[in-house]
Amino acid sequence: MSEINTGGGGGKHDGGKVRSKKASTRVDMTPMVDLGFLLITFFILATTLSKPSSMTLNVPDKTKTEETEPIKASNVMTIFLGKDNKAHYIFGKAANEEPEVKTVGYGYEFRQALQENARKVGGEKFVVVIKPTKESTYKNMVDVLDEMAITKLKRYALVDVLTPDEKKLLKEKVKLDA
Amino acid sequence: MPAVKVKRASSSVDMTAMCDVAFLLLTFFILTAQFRSQDAAAIETPSSISGIKVPDNDIMTIGLGRDGKVYFGIDNAQNRIAMLDNMAAAKGLSFSNNEKKEFSLMSNFGLPINQLKSFLNLPKEQQAKVKQPGIPTDSTGAAPTNELKEWVYNARKANNNLRIALKGDNLAKFPEFKNVLATLQAQNINKFNLITGTEAPPAGWKAD
Repeated sequence: MSEINTGGGGGKHDGGKVRSKKASTRVDMTPMVDLGFLLITFFILATTLSKPSSMTLNVPDKTKTEETEPIKASNVMTIFLGKDNKAHYIFGKAANEEPEVKTVGYGYEFRQALQENARKVGGEKFVVVIKPTKESTYKNMVDVLDEMAITKLKRYALVDVLTPDEKKLLKEKVKLDA
Repeated sequence: MPAVKVKRASSSVDMTAMCDVAFLLLTFFILTAQFRSQDAAAIETPSSISGIKVPDNDIMTIGLGRDGKVYFGIDNAQNRIAMLDNMAAAKGLSFSNNEKKEFSLMSNFGLPINQLKSFLNLPKEQQAKVKQPGIPTDSTGAAPTNELKEWVYNARKANNNLRIALKGDNLAKFPEFKNVLATLQAQNINKFNLITGTEAPPAGWKAD
């Protein structure tokens, strides 16, 4: 009476004999489209983010020597960039007064130390002197300058000459050739 | 007895068209992504929280590789040819038109000037294989062997508005950086941009 229409993908009723099940020839495209859109989104975002940013660095003019008032050692924190991504610093005393040399890695500890010392001195009087050594890398220097930007310290200087007192202080910690 | 045979509409949508569009868009974005021209050496820069973007034009890039080698490049192809002409005139060398054209396609290079001519005559695959030894510099910034200062001078002669960007590798040691700084300071250049990667500032930090 009524015909049973089995539709596409079904099998042929072969009169009760061998039923050959034909595999469905239709592929579900949904996952492929998903992947396609994921890749597009990735490329859209990746190409805009890869623009490098730049950090400004101003150095004083070597030819002009300005007379500035001498800075009190109690307001100065001197950071020496050592090897293996370690920084050594002294605070509050000049190198010949036997200050305590502390060693930190870069990152949170370093920032804490900076801010603590800045608070001790207070406001505009705090000065940071950054002295890279032969063992330090470019990355160390950029990281320290970045920390200056993060902690919003405006008075800092990049000097690469070490005084003899400082050399003595650092002798064990950093290998300083002549 | 079946009354009305409800014709069921096919509930599966043909996804082929959507898939085609997706791949077209993907291809478009891959192709329009700017191709970075062959850098003389891979330089991995440190990251900083600075939000200032590197300008796209009128820029002189001094690269400092991991091993201390110095690379130099400027952005505009015409300016490169002009700079090469100035340099050649200063040194008493001459470059053929072909060599100049080759040079104008290089975004940066790190060769002493006496090796430059032979390098430009090599085919492209060989050029990629050569390990460039870097541009000679020195610690005072003004010695006669310091070729970086001449490139900087001639580049600025070709284009007065050039801004200087320093691209240093993470592991480059400080003494080599100091040499580059000394070379620039000897020419009275005291303001630079250091090219860094982008890094998110710490939580709760607001710019001044």
